[in-house]
Amino acid sequence: MNLESLYQELILDHYKNPLHKGLVSPADASVHHVNPSCGDEVDLNLTIRDGEIQSVSWDGVGCSISQASTSVMSDLVQGRTVDEASQVIDAFMEVMQSKGSTTGDESLLGDAVAFAGVSKYPARIKCALLGWMAFKDALVQLGGYRAKDSGEAK
Amino acid sequence: MPLDVARIKKDFPILARTVRNEHPLVYLDSAATSQKPVAVMKAESDFYSQHNAAVHRGAHLLAEEATDAYEGAREAVARFIGAKSDEVIFTKSATESLNLLAYSWGNAPSNSRFHLAPGDVIVLSEAEHHANLIPWQELARRSGAILRWFGVDDEGRIDLSNIDSIIDSRTKIVAITHQSNVTGAITPLTSIVAAARSHNALIVLDACQSAPHFAIDVKELEVDFLAFSGHKMVGPTGIGILWGREELLAEMPPFLFGGSMVTAVTMEGASYAAPPKRFEAGVPNMAQAVGLHAAIDYLNAVGMGQIHEHEVALTEYALSGLSSIAGVGIVGPTEIKDRGGVLSFTVEGIHPHDVGQGLDDLGIAVRTGHHCAWPLMKRMGVVATTRASLYLYNEKSDVDALLLGIEKVQSFFGSKGIGR
Ligand SMILES: Cc1ncc(COP(=O)(O)O)c(C=O)c1O
Repeated sequence: MNLESLYQELILDHYKNPLHKGLVSPADASVHHVNPSCGDEVDLNLTIRDGEIQSVSWDGVGCSISQASTSVMSDLVQGRTVDEASQVIDAFMEVMQSKGSTTGDESLLGDAVAFAGVSKYPARIKCALLGWMAFKDALVQLGGYRAKDSGEAK
Repeated sequence: MPLDVARIKKDFPILARTVRNEHPLVYLDSAATSQKPVAVMKAESDFYSQHNAAVHRGAHLLAEEATDAYEGAREAVARFIGAKSDEVIFTKSATESLNLLAYSWGNAPSNSRFHLAPGDVIVLSEAEHHANLIPWQELARRSGAILRWFGVDDEGRIDLSNIDSIIDSRTKIVAITHQSNVTGAITPLTSIVAAARSHNALIVLDACQSAPHFAIDVKELEVDFLAFSGHKMVGPTGIGILWGREELLAEMPPFLFGGSMVTAVTMEGASYAAPPKRFEAGVPNMAQAVGLHAAIDYLNAVGMGQIHEHEVALTEYALSGLSSIAGVGIVGPTEIKDRGGVLSFTVEGIHPHDVGQGLDDLGIAVRTGHHCAWPLMKRMGVVATTRASLYLYNEKSDVDALLLGIEKVQSFFGSKGIGR
């Protein structure tokens, strides 16, 4: 099977043992995102202190890709500044839109580079992005997301 | 006589192609859209290369030929469902057909039998595709009407136990699916039709998943309106059908306004043509109607009875195969009685999207997700399912590929500690 390249060990490990799963309350922002094409859902709580991501927690139902991606994301941005987190989101988006042509900058994306293979399957990109879009939304709500190059909250 | 599937397959060029990693395509997604035989593609292409012109206009030969071809398609549809030609309206899809009804009735003046007053009731079922749900939700919102619906049992069969409290004297419309696109369950129409009739309610049947698979006669069904799509019955996309009883269509206000649907127009107003033209504003999807005619000819040549028998046997085979795989749960009736060849299932511990991905890797095309029937999924207690759906060009080897594929997916994920 060719599935090995898509379903990397790291992805399935996160799927089996997701990080930061279970909502931590209270939070500064709570969002609920749904993937309308398959019905998968994620709830995400975000708390920011002094420009740093203090806590990202989530809960949800979904396929291995969406669950693992949310797990990796939540661990990756924990403790980062909002600017760094914005950069990480943008970098991950870029990989997802690359149709498999880039693997991403591991120094920025860490474990998230394991999802590069997903970008070759258009139907699964939304799965990989579900948690990330929820996080971005929460960040935007708190005025934290900085769009690339603009230096301004979007 | 059993269908000669090997021969039928040759009529569908796409079925000969290979997909991921040179796997031969195993197409099990006909409930979403069917594949097309050469005859259909050729009919469309011949129309464009020989007869293309705007129908019902123009004083030239091509316009005459195009009109004949388009009206010929209407006659073919009418014969296909046992209706009169003028009762057949071409739309772009079943979705548009159902919206046409909901908007037309929403436009009906208060002295019309189609008018809905606050407190009037529209009856649906929990098994509806969004296309036969949301137009009615919106009509209810605009008119003040109330929605009621039949529930379904654990196998997805419509529960008629409280039919008397669901269809009552306030019920104006009963809009229901003929066969579920998720569970394959066929709706027990007889008692629903009888109840609706006794309260003088209009009956709309969503025949998207039935008309392509077994012979339908609107007179026998005793419904008032029927909607289905050409693309699910080996026809082209962009062509849908709305059938309605002549005397009802005659009283209905139009939905889309524009050219071709009028008898006279001034700067102040217009008067409208008789059906079906009243409901076909603008230049219609002509080549697609002609393609649909070829599709109907194709299905008739194979024989709707034969197709049905073939699918029943194949569905039975698939049901028994699926139930014999440990960890696979069928979402829908497990018995062949009153069910069609739509097979939704879950695989324990593996998300449907991952199951679908694994099958795709083997060249097997299935659908995953909520199948545009979100309320039904909720009722069945699942977020999503994997769905395999069968048609005349499928055979046992396709089902075998599916069954083996599921086992391979189980062992792939199983080896990673996922699933069983
Ligand atoms: C039961 C049912 N109703 C309505 C529709 C809508 O058909 P279309 O998308 O062709 O308009 C479908 C197709 O998905 C269906 O399966």
